[in-house]
Amino acid sequence: MRNVWIITKRELAAYFSTPLAYVFIVTFLAGAGAVTFFMGDFFGRRQADLQSFFSFHPWLFLVLIPAVGMRLWAEERKTGTIELLMTLPVTTGEAVVGKFLAAWLFTGIALGLTFPIWISVNYLGDPDNGVIFASYVGSMLMAGALLALASCLSALTRNQVIAFVIGSAASFLFLMSGLDLVLGMFRGWAPAYVLDMVASLSFLTHFQTIADGVLPLPAIVFFLSMMAVCLFVNAQIVELKKAS
Amino acid sequence: MSDLIEVESLSKRFGSIVAVDDVTFSVPRGVVMGFLGPNGAGKSTTMRVITGYLPPTAGTARVLGHDIQKEPVEVKKRIGFLPEGAPLYGDMTVMSLLEFIAEIRQLHGAKAKQRIMYSIERMGLQQVLYQRIETLSKGFKRRVGFAQAILHDPDVLILDEPTDGLDPNQKHHVRELIRELGKTKAIIISTHILEEVDAVCDRAVIIDRGRVVSNGTPTELHARSRLHNSVVIRVRADAAPKAVKLLRGLSNVIGVETGTIHDGRVSLSVVPREGKFIADEVGMAIRQNSIEVDEIHTEVGKLDEVFRQLTVGHEQAVLR
Repeated sequence: MRNVWIITKRELAAYFSTPLAYVFIVTFLAGAGAVTFFMGDFFGRRQADLQSFFSFHPWLFLVLIPAVGMRLWAEERKTGTIELLMTLPVTTGEAVVGKFLAAWLFTGIALGLTFPIWISVNYLGDPDNGVIFASYVGSMLMAGALLALASCLSALTRNQVIAFVIGSAASFLFLMSGLDLVLGMFRGWAPAYVLDMVASLSFLTHFQTIADGVLPLPAIVFFLSMMAVCLFVNAQIVELKKAS
Repeated sequence: MSDLIEVESLSKRFGSIVAVDDVTFSVPRGVVMGFLGPNGAGKSTTMRVITGYLPPTAGTARVLGHDIQKEPVEVKKRIGFLPEGAPLYGDMTVMSLLEFIAEIRQLHGAKAKQRIMYSIERMGLQQVLYQRIETLSKGFKRRVGFAQAILHDPDVLILDEPTDGLDPNQKHHVRELIRELGKTKAIIISTHILEEVDAVCDRAVIIDRGRVVSNGTPTELHARSRLHNSVVIRVRADAAPKAVKLLRGLSNVIGVETGTIHDGRVSLSVVPREGKFIADEVGMAIRQNSIEVDEIHTEVGKLDEVFRQLTVGHEQAVLR
């Protein structure tokens, strides 16, 4: 645990030592604001809630989360620092989790900086703050699952651009897997239980149940186990790819 | 247990490529071992296996008795490693990198401060402490990599080409440091600079195509040279044929090799039978026949020649 935290601290500092961090935060805040007010019609709805804010998070994350996760292992392999890191007295698991946590915390900081909109809606009306809190938790959980996926895929390559593109593509599939767009690929040839399984992997569906205001256990378990599986695979890939 | 590093029948394959093939050696405390070989011979791979970065395909290695496969973290705690090319986090400053390494190496408080100061001072990093590593010159990066490796005062140091990219003064400085640290630690350095073997190493292991082809002291290595104990004399070019004829006649001489002519002078290498000491004999013959000699010295043997002799088969095969 100690080692995990030391690595997390270093990685988090690494985010803020490049312009990427600031570019990301500004883009996220501007993007979140723009979609809430223009596409989400925040004022026009005349509702004291943040649905128009949260319902666009999956789409913002689709582009922004792979951008945060792409450097985690690809950069480490490209610069050769993986050899330094993996010969320090830490296990592969500690390194994987430490790096992931740094990326997740960083995303959390960006998400936390959207607090003015929470204040605004409280100023304008009388929203259900429980629902808003649950939505923030849901958003954070979904970001974590997408980040774990991006981290895992970034271990496959030493090229950050490739890591970003495959990260985005994979995120898209997981987000949409409950919709006909993805299910259509399986319908017709795959048995019903496969279809059900693919549909149950949908990030969008799980996020929606959380954003509706309750914190359903299945959705929380789903996102947490998604992270666990991705990080486990991530560690295996790091081990395998060290040789090449 | 005097051997701090024990490598036992170690093999490493990448797919069908055999990078390291049944390598065995050990390094006791107080010894600096030079690890030599042509590029691609398996030096870096062997070092990566010992440091726990790569798992071996067969065989194993132990560091202070800890097996690299069973207790990788225990092994890593006891090793200071300078990887090839000294990769470092470019976005960090020298100071923050050293602090990070100290923390993860479980050095705390005053002890951490003292070790960091020691490394900084030994590697001459004072003026770049708060610079980002990516802005440093190659030589400075190498020195930061070295500082990072010695930070926790490890019993075992593994240095992959530690003097690569340094200027002659820095090279001298690093070699002195290695020699000094080598008194109390077990050190492996890989290099393809042969003079380094004479300068710092107590032992030299040469590998070629993944196999150990020689393992001995630098003196033993010199003795394997065909020219070991040969006597080199410089004479006027016109006197050379007479001298060659005379020296060939000596009982302990198997041959005389003529060098190229320079300023009307030519060097003759008198090669002894079985490495015998023939300086006396040659000197006597020269004096008795009043041959004018500009220079006379005994050759200890040329390491680069031994190196070629041991590893050249491969190179030629590649070139052809």
